[in-house]
Amino acid sequence: MQNEFLPLFYTFHFYLFGLIALVGAIVFVTRKSPVAAALWLVVVMFALAALYVMLDAQFVGMMQILVYAGAIMVVFLFVVMLLNLGHPSDLNDMRGKLGRLLAGLVGLALVAELMALTRSEVTMKLVVPPVENAATGTAGIIGPIAGPLFKEYLLAFELTSVLLLVAIIGAVVLAKKRSN
Amino acid sequence: MLAESLTLSAALFTIGVVGVLTRRNAIIVFMCVELMLNAVNLSFVALSRLYGATGQVFVIFVMTVAAAEAAVGLAIIIAIFRHKKSVNLQDINLLRG
Repeated sequence: MQNEFLPLFYTFHFYLFGLIALVGAIVFVTRKSPVAAALWLVVVMFALAALYVMLDAQFVGMMQILVYAGAIMVVFLFVVMLLNLGHPSDLNDMRGKLGRLLAGLVGLALVAELMALTRSEVTMKLVVPPVENAATGTAGIIGPIAGPLFKEYLLAFELTSVLLLVAIIGAVVLAKKRSN
Repeated sequence: MLAESLTLSAALFTIGVVGVLTRRNAIIVFMCVELMLNAVNLSFVALSRLYGATGQVFVIFVMTVAAAEAAVGLAIIIAIFRHKKSVNLQDINLLRG
């Protein structure tokens, strides 16, 4: 088991950032104001970025901060402020009894699945092998990601760029003011 | 740390689902979807330690699609707001007979 060789420092911070992400997510779904919710979601994303770095995925961690916390959440906040939705009182945000009951049931089912999974033998077999550190290789940190991205998944990569173009044009067309 | 990561990922996904089901503000529902995507990303990254860096390639794809989805979705929300003067999901019932 790899865990016995991990220093206490690593373990402590892993649990710390995990706790920040969990608490931030819970606070995020319970906020009434969209602005407060968005900022709490940014906290969750930063904690997740820290976890990515600790899981030897430094590049993904940076992308998380740049794309999610830097771009997507800014777009969300921009729309909230553009539509002037910062006032939580006139939104009547929470759903009725039925919605809450349904959500509670779904939540309970998912947590039960989670409990069953953590007690099953599958998770016992998921032992992290001793990692040969990606940073020490000649390919660096990004090389192991860029290799498959531009070889096996090249078609998907190109299709993604088309998707982004379509999304840009679609967003402009949808959000444009009708002139007549 | 793998089991802990997967547990955290499942918990975040659950919180996202509960948010989608309980909130009425369309923008907050969108943000909950983003949280669910993030939870899946955490699973990908955690399992990429076990099965190689391909998981991180998929994380990049998920992020790109999430960015496209956020742009189009928020544009739709702006269009609906122009039409209805509201982002409350209860008010958007144009297709109800």
